[in-house]
Amino acid sequence: MTDSSNAIKPSRRAFLSGAAAAGAALAATGAQAQAPDPMITEVQPWASGLGDGVDASPYGLPIRHEADVVRRNVEWLTADTISSINFTPIHALDGTITPQGCAFERHHSGAIDMTKADYRLMINGLVDRPLIFTYDDLLRFPRENHVYFCECAANTGMEWAGAQLNGAQFTHGMIHNMEYSGVPLRTLLNEAGLSGDMAGKWIYVEGHDASSNGRSIPMEKALDDVLVAFKANGEALRKEHGYPVRLVVPGWEGNMWIKWLRRVEVMDNAVESREETSKYTDTLADGTSRKWTWVMDAKSVITSPSPQAPIKHGPGPMVISGLAWSGQGAITRVDVSKDGGITWETARLAKPGERMALTRFYLDTTWDGGEMLLQSRAIDETGYVQPTKAQLREVRGENSIYHNNCIQTWHVLPTGEAENVEVS
Amino acid sequence: MSKFPDLIIAAAALSLTAAPALAETFGLGRVALPEEIAAWDLDVSPDGTGLPAGSGDVLTGDDLFQEKCAVCHGVFAEGSGNWPKLAGGEGTLADKDPLKTVGSYWPYLSTVWDYVHRSMPFGDAQSLSHDEVYAIVAYILYSNDLVDEDFVLSNENFLDVAMPNADGFIIDDRAQTEYPVWRGEPCMTDCKPSVEITMRARVLDVTPEKTSAAAPVTEAAAEAPAAEDKAEDKAEAPAETEVAALDPALVAEGEKVFKKCAACHQVGENAKNRTGPHLNAVFGRVIGGVEDFRYSKGFEAARDEGRVWDQASMAEFLKAPKTFIKGTKMAFAGLKKEDEIQAVEAYLMSFGD
Repeated sequence: MTDSSNAIKPSRRAFLSGAAAAGAALAATGAQAQAPDPMITEVQPWASGLGDGVDASPYGLPIRHEADVVRRNVEWLTADTISSINFTPIHALDGTITPQGCAFERHHSGAIDMTKADYRLMINGLVDRPLIFTYDDLLRFPRENHVYFCECAANTGMEWAGAQLNGAQFTHGMIHNMEYSGVPLRTLLNEAGLSGDMAGKWIYVEGHDASSNGRSIPMEKALDDVLVAFKANGEALRKEHGYPVRLVVPGWEGNMWIKWLRRVEVMDNAVESREETSKYTDTLADGTSRKWTWVMDAKSVITSPSPQAPIKHGPGPMVISGLAWSGQGAITRVDVSKDGGITWETARLAKPGERMALTRFYLDTTWDGGEMLLQSRAIDETGYVQPTKAQLREVRGENSIYHNNCIQTWHVLPTGEAENVEVS
Repeated sequence: MSKFPDLIIAAAALSLTAAPALAETFGLGRVALPEEIAAWDLDVSPDGTGLPAGSGDVLTGDDLFQEKCAVCHGVFAEGSGNWPKLAGGEGTLADKDPLKTVGSYWPYLSTVWDYVHRSMPFGDAQSLSHDEVYAIVAYILYSNDLVDEDFVLSNENFLDVAMPNADGFIIDDRAQTEYPVWRGEPCMTDCKPSVEITMRARVLDVTPEKTSAAAPVTEAAAEAPAAEDKAEDKAEAPAETEVAALDPALVAEGEKVFKKCAACHQVGENAKNRTGPHLNAVFGRVIGGVEDFRYSKGFEAARDEGRVWDQASMAEFLKAPKTFIKGTKMAFAGLKKEDEIQAVEAYLMSFGD
């Protein structure tokens, strides 16, 4: 099943009769202006004078009226912005592709500035020929394009112990979704020669920056879908996302997506680096910790309405919209509840879910002007159903930090404002 | 038997012994030289693979730690502010707020050595000798009461050090403990008898302000992205105009030394208060005089006395911060070399008004 069952696809006949009904309703609602709208009756400056010429902005930025659609940082989270994270303004975006300029950043020793000319990639370890590639070398291998989400393992991590941050940007904004162009890692590993038995072997990947952010990845994954990417959404990667080359590890936690990729080493065992022992391990209630929790499980969130995107209209037609994703494959269905999980209805997927990529869902509905406890629940192709916070806590306690994929609740008031809450 | 249950299918499909479709190579790239591999292949594994010969003792490590690490990690590795705490926390992992340190949490000593060697000190990575890394790691172990004061860590005895939480980890078991439980057709109606709100984010009030789309956007804020775009060019400008009166070589030297400060202090275009106050136009400023920065009591006293930063007071402060301002929150031990102090002063002067 690729699309949701109750997708709204009106037939021509339904549309015509609906239009007639709407015509009747129009008179009934009394949506009539008291006076002519000056925006229409008066000649506006833009309708009389001239706008900017070409080249006013050789590389365009969003118009100034959208200046609040920006990444934001939560200062108390970290000691310094150089080793920190900010959040994608998902509450203000639609569709699924995240523009690079507002896609969240996570650095461990700052976003470094390196040129393509200075770029080198080393492949060494248990290979036939340790190799060095330049940026230009990479462009000569057969290339692929894929859309994937990249989610920080700590996304929603501040919400384990309770509702804490008021906004989808802050609760769920450590995620972005881009179309990557690059070379499969397996092609580069093959170039260096994997002649031995690779079962149970690992690769260790690290970046050019001072943190190096080294991570170990099992060979099975390395030979499957890992990509060495140099373009995102059609253009060069941004500095903050690893220019000129980053690793893309579909469906797995963002920390493994090494930026400024400098080295891939084939090894017998995991290195057990700082980022895979002291961090990115999930402590359970009894004090033991899970390690190697790489996959990001199915998750969803309603982006509008939400605390930063309140309802600004009165009762009547409205669109509830959100994002869903799964590191295990494609999203097949998203359910939405308006009453905190007592009753659910299936939302419409804007497009059939794609593997390890964001899926946009809509619930085209009617608001009665009353309170709502909005929730969304994602289901992926493995049949996995996004759990409630209570279900997660039952297994993991409240100290895991990472991999919180719980169902989120927004309390919408009759004023249209929304708040992050927890419900029974 | 694969270690990764969820990957069995993928592994089988790929038949990990050199896939036939991949047999072809392109003859691209060049062979890496041994010196190049040695320069970059620095990782150290739990079994000691990759560990170079060397040694360092606790007391040497103490000196190094105070000079290079304590500014963020505290004198006793107990941490400073939001910076990582490296010591303490024994027996807290099952508590409400566990304290995860090298002693209480890290399973392998190799990880500590590897990380200090490659990525520390923050802002001056890869500047430590192998012996210095051994010494600092020895001091971190000492701070966690894992070794005695006369302990010497070396590549010889490295694997003898027992890490308390070595057995505290299990491999991802979600495929057994969670997936079977959370798969299946979910409830659609009458899923629970009632619903109550049990907690509100507003109660905590920790969300950054001015985050809503409904917030009014000032013209200045609206222009911000464009201004930021040009920040790189602008940042150079003040430095250039000031440098005329300063020794460029000294300023450049100061920029290097300033790396020790940069973890907490910003200077230059768009510099903001961080762990420490911004340092733009610091000379001539009243000591403790940045309005929106929360100073220690010592700094507040200096401000109330109306003392002003000049070259002499700055030199005195940089030499021994805790002597100059009693009770300063600045954990930095101070600059020992006179020429480093002069260089940093010159560098800061290049950001005067």
